[in-house]
Amino acid sequence: MTIDAITNGVVIDHIPAGKAMELYRVLGLEDMDCEVAIIKNATSGKMGKKDIIKISSVIDLDFDILGYISSEITVNIIKDGKTVEKRHPELPQTLKNVIFCHNPRCITSIEQELSHVFTLTDPENKVYRCIYCDTRA
Amino acid sequence: MNGLIDIQQLSVSEIDELIGVAEDIIANPEKYSQKLKGKKIATLFYEPSTRTRLSFESAMLELGGSVIGFSDSDSSSASKGESVADTVRVISCFADIIAMRHPKEGAPLVADMYATVPVINAGDGGHYHPTQTLADLLTIKREKGRLTDMTVGLCGDLKFGRTVHSLLGAMSRYSGVDFILISPEELKIPESVKTDILDRRGSSYVETASLTEAMPKLDILYMTRIQRERFASEDDYQRLKDSYILTADKLKDAKEDMRILHPLPRVNEISVDVDSDPRACYFKQVLNGKFIRMALILKLLGVK
Repeated sequence: MTIDAITNGVVIDHIPAGKAMELYRVLGLEDMDCEVAIIKNATSGKMGKKDIIKISSVIDLDFDILGYISSEITVNIIKDGKTVEKRHPELPQTLKNVIFCHNPRCITSIEQELSHVFTLTDPENKVYRCIYCDTRA
Repeated sequence: MNGLIDIQQLSVSEIDELIGVAEDIIANPEKYSQKLKGKKIATLFYEPSTRTRLSFESAMLELGGSVIGFSDSDSSSASKGESVADTVRVISCFADIIAMRHPKEGAPLVADMYATVPVINAGDGGHYHPTQTLADLLTIKREKGRLTDMTVGLCGDLKFGRTVHSLLGAMSRYSGVDFILISPEELKIPESVKTDILDRRGSSYVETASLTEAMPKLDILYMTRIQRERFASEDDYQRLKDSYILTADKLKDAKEDMRILHPLPRVNEISVDVDSDPRACYFKQVLNGKFIRMALILKLLGVK
């Protein structure tokens, strides 16, 4: 399968297979006017299978979200058909309104206007906990 | 953060400082009787907790301050749907410090984020209750003369008991403290408490189902209530409950200087025949709770 190379835009590469749609949703890509291509289960020497998202516009991405999804992800910024920057997101310390607390005893269960905030409590095991009730994500 | 939401916010030296101030208050109450003249505490209790509320209010009154607040959510704006954030922004205009009890976990943290005065967590559901832990620590310090080098037994509901988790979090930071965790299989300490607190700090602990076997080794016995609803069946509850009821007879193998603590309220887990034993400290714990709250209020208001 062939997807055209983009001239100006962003390629999110090395997404763990099956995670592209989740990323598409949490990055809010459905709200964008530009072309977005999602490639699922592409062959990868390093990962076996991977997903790729190509966006035909240079946009600001939330690297905290990318890092939470996977620190293996590579973000390539393309300008005039050339990769001008490669970035690897890191595991973020804090996530705001990316994941949601489902603990019915948490204050967020009754106060809808509160942001759902999680902090990284165990980087080794990638454990995030709700700042209000300490429930594990 | 201006207030106290979780005991883990306090360093060991801050805890020791609070205990030191509380001991000075006990020794010299007159020195502190007018320290907070003109200051007000707001006790915002969204669910009833008479003992904790009266403890905070007594603490403030004994420092020469005064008290405003409510003791259930029906008599507050929460019944009209006001958010915690808005409530504390308003209360900050009237009071110098807030003590909040709320059935939802994290509500006092939200309060502390929005209030312009310090907020003390007076219990948020089954989550944190830092001033109970401070009361426990002051009691142990006063009774044993130290917080280091001792064997602490925690007995009963170690799975859901928030006071147990908090006390483990605090005591595991002192050197030479060994823990014996005494509970039925169904109510063992959660794995997360073991990995996040005890293992991480290298604390020594053993788990056992037998209070009788553990008894001779203990310097402190911290009892908690086993609730009927925690068991899958009434049969399980009936089979196990007596093993975790402390009676005068079970104390015969205990050290003479062991001390018995309980966060109260007690139902039947400590027999009334234990009350007259000099090792029983649970009513002293209540009194110590008032003194340590006095020390905490002074600290958070920056008054020496």
